[in-house]
Parts: sequence; structure tokens; C-alpha cells
Amino acid sequence: MTISRGKLAFLAFLALALVAPFFLYPVFLVKVLCFALFACAFNLLVGYVGLLSFGHAMFFGGASYFCGHMLKVWGWPPELAIPAAALAAGAMGLVVGALAIRRQGIYFAMVTLALAQMFYFFALQAPFTGGEDGIQAIPRTPILGVIDTRDDTVLYYVVLAIFTAGFLLVYRTIHSPFGQVLKAIRENEPRAISLGYAVDRYKLLAFTLSAALAGLAGATKALAFQLASLTDVAWQMSGEVVLMTLVGGMGTVFGPVVGAAVIVTMQNYLAGFGEWVLVTQGVIFVVVVLLFRRGIVGEAMAFAARRASSEKARGRESRDDDPERVAPGRAGATSADGAKGG
Amino acid sequence: MLELIGVSPQMLFGQLMLGLINGAFYAVLSLGLAVIFGLLNVINFTHGAQYMMGAFVAYILLVVFGVPYWGALVLAPVIVGAVGIVIERTMLRRLYHLDHLYGLLLTFGLALIIEGLFRSQYGVSGQPYPNPLPGGTNLGFMFLPTYRGWVVVASLVVCFGTWLVIERTKLGSYLRAATERPDLVQAFGVNVPLMITLTYGFGVALAGFAGVLAAPIYQVSPLMGANLIIVVFAVVVIGGMGSILGAIVTGYALGIVEGLTRVFWPEASSTVIFVVMAIVLLVKPAGLFGTAK
Repeated sequence: MTISRGKLAFLAFLALALVAPFFLYPVFLVKVLCFALFACAFNLLVGYVGLLSFGHAMFFGGASYFCGHMLKVWGWPPELAIPAAALAAGAMGLVVGALAIRRQGIYFAMVTLALAQMFYFFALQAPFTGGEDGIQAIPRTPILGVIDTRDDTVLYYVVLAIFTAGFLLVYRTIHSPFGQVLKAIRENEPRAISLGYAVDRYKLLAFTLSAALAGLAGATKALAFQLASLTDVAWQMSGEVVLMTLVGGMGTVFGPVVGAAVIVTMQNYLAGFGEWVLVTQGVIFVVVVLLFRRGIVGEAMAFAARRASSEKARGRESRDDDPERVAPGRAGATSADGAKGG
Repeated sequence: MLELIGVSPQMLFGQLMLGLINGAFYAVLSLGLAVIFGLLNVINFTHGAQYMMGAFVAYILLVVFGVPYWGALVLAPVIVGAVGIVIERTMLRRLYHLDHLYGLLLTFGLALIIEGLFRSQYGVSGQPYPNPLPGGTNLGFMFLPTYRGWVVVASLVVCFGTWLVIERTKLGSYLRAATERPDLVQAFGVNVPLMITLTYGFGVALAGFAGVLAAPIYQVSPLMGANLIIVVFAVVVIGGMGSILGAIVTGYALGIVEGLTRVFWPEASSTVIFVVMAIVLLVKPAGLFGTAK
């Protein structure tokens, strides 16, 4: 009985996460975890189905508005508001996904971006979102009446629990038969169709799940930072989650977490430099796309795999986390070709 | 008659004119995207930033070098196009063998860089650009500012000029052939990589041209491209990128639809194009002028 490398890595991560608030500022860690969950949700779609959504901010920010409204105006407790907001984001995902999966490749990205922009304008004008001000001073009410979320350290552990639940759900999904079909669609959609899989249903379900998880992250963020604003639904936010996942490694289990940590840290350090955050993000995008397409975790795994194969000359492939297969890759290429040709 | 539906003709025609102006920008920008996509298979996310660059280059030419509007109208697209050629040669070129999504991500990153640089230099407030054609004509039912008339005429000329070149000339036939089978065209002795570079440069120059046209109407601001480009993406999804003429017609039509919406239901004017996109996706997923794959 050996414990797999992935599980070992997860246990190590959990151990680190449990002691982290004694060394680092809890609020910063909360931010990292919220974005890490958001990036994991996004990665489920881009890394394992090969669908690049450029509109995930609408689920993240949408749920953050819903949660803020439920907590502040309706006075719901967080244990009710957060799941309800995530479900609402999932429902949005069902509608948006049904529209978006009608196109593939590049068009899919443009459709999701456009629909997210539509939601942005909706959020700008709808009465309950507070327009330019957003929903401010969202109360951090106790969970189940006993867990006091006003304490930053307590809050951190709550968010860690939510993140772990979301992360394990993603992990379970990609290692399930359902996840195998998703990967088959990513690799070769026409073949998956010819094998009799109802590809559109799989895509829609994955999209909905991803939207709901992005919503879970957004709702948690609304509680933790007591704010839901237009920033969360703007296209820049969609771009940020793409960047986090790309930097960490698309289609790797831990990549989005690493990427979120890197980008949030960078934003913290550069916060005083105003517009240079934008420029830096752009430069990272360009450098990663040109030089490190596998991302940090992907490159590390490729390095480890190369060393293992040269040492033992047996080249055991790291199963489904093989970074070579991971990039939105061939599935995306064929679908984009298909969308263009004809 | 128009008074019956509670809208004054001045307002209706005024908004229609505004819609036509917006449509002119949608058309020129989506045309550029379509030309680039046809040959490169890249959705140029930098297009909005390059449109903004066009306006800024015109502004800088005027303020720093004293070059008037008409000089900028020629120079700015050339400069912006040249920058585009550098981008294609040094970066985009490396991604052609990969998934097209990487081209999208690269150009997205470039858009962030360009926007960030201009924002750090000029802030987010707009810079005014003097109107080169003040005054206007009273057409009886509405007042037509001369410059706005010029924008519509200029965009129509550029759009149909491009269409003519691509559909009716020998150069255009090479281009269309290379869109279908670049390897075969290359085998016939046509320098396809050069053609790709120049096509990207031309598409980008179109964005720069639109930027110069926009400078006297809208304020010259680093933010002017980012939001526009998302609307243009929706226009492209609606029209389908298969046809040049489709991109042009859809651009103008949606500008007018937006203008009409502003008359009858102003709150919806910012979202109407996205709603049209959703409907088109339901009814004709390949887009109005796209071919089913």
C-alpha cells in the first residue's frame, strides 16, 4: 500500500495551511484561499475539458453580490447564505453554459466574455448591487450561531474548511469516470461523440459545477472581506483567474493554488504602484505563454518526470497529471479548427 | 407621425446618427479582427488597445509634433501597424503551431501591458482632441455635424475598399487561398510568412485608423479600447468571422440597433448587443454570416 504522490502533496499542503496563520497575516491567507478556490474551479473547465472561459468573474462576483445581499439585507446566517449564493451561481452557470457551449474554441472564450460583460452592466444598474459603491459593510455574522467569524484567525480556518471541501470536490470530479469522459472530450471531441457520449451534457455539467465552485469562492470572499463590488464582476477579474491558472499550470491539480498564491502575493507587493500591477500582469502573461506554457507546477512535474526517467530509464508517466497532455492542447486545437473551417 | 410614439424626430435621428457612428467603429474593428483571424487564426485581443494607441498617437503627434489631424490620419495607422508587425514577428509567430487559445492569451497580456503603460503615463481621465471639421449642416429633420458625417463616409470607404481588395484583386485571391491552404500557397512560391506579417500589420492599422477617427468624438483615454473590444467580440460572434462583408454589415447594423435601443429603452442600450448575441447563438449558432462547420 503506497499513498499516491498527489495525496501526499495534499496532506503536506494541509499541514502547512493549518500552521500558516501563525507565521503569515491571516487576512492575506484568506484572500489567497478564496482566489485559489476560484482558480481551481476555473481550472476544472480549462484544464480538464479544454474550455477557456473568459467570463468566470460573473459567477465569482455574482455570488459575492448574492451572498452580500443575503447576509446584509435578508439577515441570513453565513451557513445558509454561502451555499445559497453558490447554488445561484451554479444556476447562472447552467444558463450561460447552455449558450456558450454552442460554440467552441476561441468563440467559446468570446461568448463567455461577452455574457460576463452583460452581467457587469446588469450589476452596474441593478438596484440591489449598489452600483459603483457595491455592497459595503457586509456583516460577519457567526456561523451556526457559535463560530465567531469576526476573529481573523477563526475566519481563516472557516475559509480553509470551505476551500478544502471545494478542492476535494474538484479532485474527486477529475478522478471519477465523469472526469475521464471530460478528459476524453478535451483530447478528441469528435471521437468522444462517436463513442456515444452526450458531449454537450458533459460540458454543460462541468460548466455548471465550475460556475458553482467559482460562486462558492466569491460568496466566501464577500463574507471575509465584507465587500461585494464591481471589481469582482469586471473582465479584469476574469483575466486574473486565467492568469493564476496559467502561471500555476493549467490542468494540474495544485497549479491553480500555487498560481493564486503567486499572483495575490505579487498584487500585495505592487499595490502601491498603481497601474504597474496591470503592466506586470501583462508581462507575466506574455512570458508564461511564450516560455513556460506548463506553468510552475507543470514545469516542476515535467522536470521531476525527466529526472526519474533518466535515472531509472523507465519513464513512468505521472498518469492523468502528465503536464504534456495538459495544455488546453489538442482538443482545443481540433475544436478551434472545426469552428473556423467549413 | 413620430410624435405618436412619443419620440421627437430630432431625438430619433440624433440617436440613429450616434448609432451609425458607433456602428462605423464596430465595423472597422470587427473587419480588422476578421482579416487577422482569417489568416492567422488568432483572435487579436490587443485590438482594443491598438485602437486606443491610434487615438493616442494622433494626440501625441498633435501636441508634441504639431502634426494636424489629416497627417495623423495617415501616420498613426502606419505607426500602430508597425508596432503590430514587431509584435507578430517577435511573439505571435512562435505560437502558430500551438492551440489558438495561446494566441488569445498572449494578445490579452499585450493589451494589459499597453493599457497599463498609457494609464501610468496619462491617467484615466480623457484628453481632449480638437475637432478638425467644426460646424454642420441642417438637414431639416436633424442637424448633422460635419465631422460625424465624415466618420461615417471614411469608415464606409475603408471597409468597402478592404472588401474590394480581398474579394476582387489578385493579392486578395492569394490571401484567400492562404487562408484555406497556407502550405499549398507556399509551395506555389508565395511568401506566406511575409503575407501573414503584413496582414496582421494591416488589421492592426485598421484599429489604429479607427482610433484616429474616434479621437475628436470621444476623449482620448487609455480606457477607450478595453470596453469597446468586448462589444466588438460580441459583434464578431453575431456576424460569424467567415465573411468580410458579414463583419462590415453586422457592425453597422448593430450600431443602429444600439442607437434605436437608446431612444426607446435607454437602460438596455449597453446590453442590447449581448442580448442579440445570445439570441443568435440560440437560433443560428454559427453566426448570421458564418458557415455551419
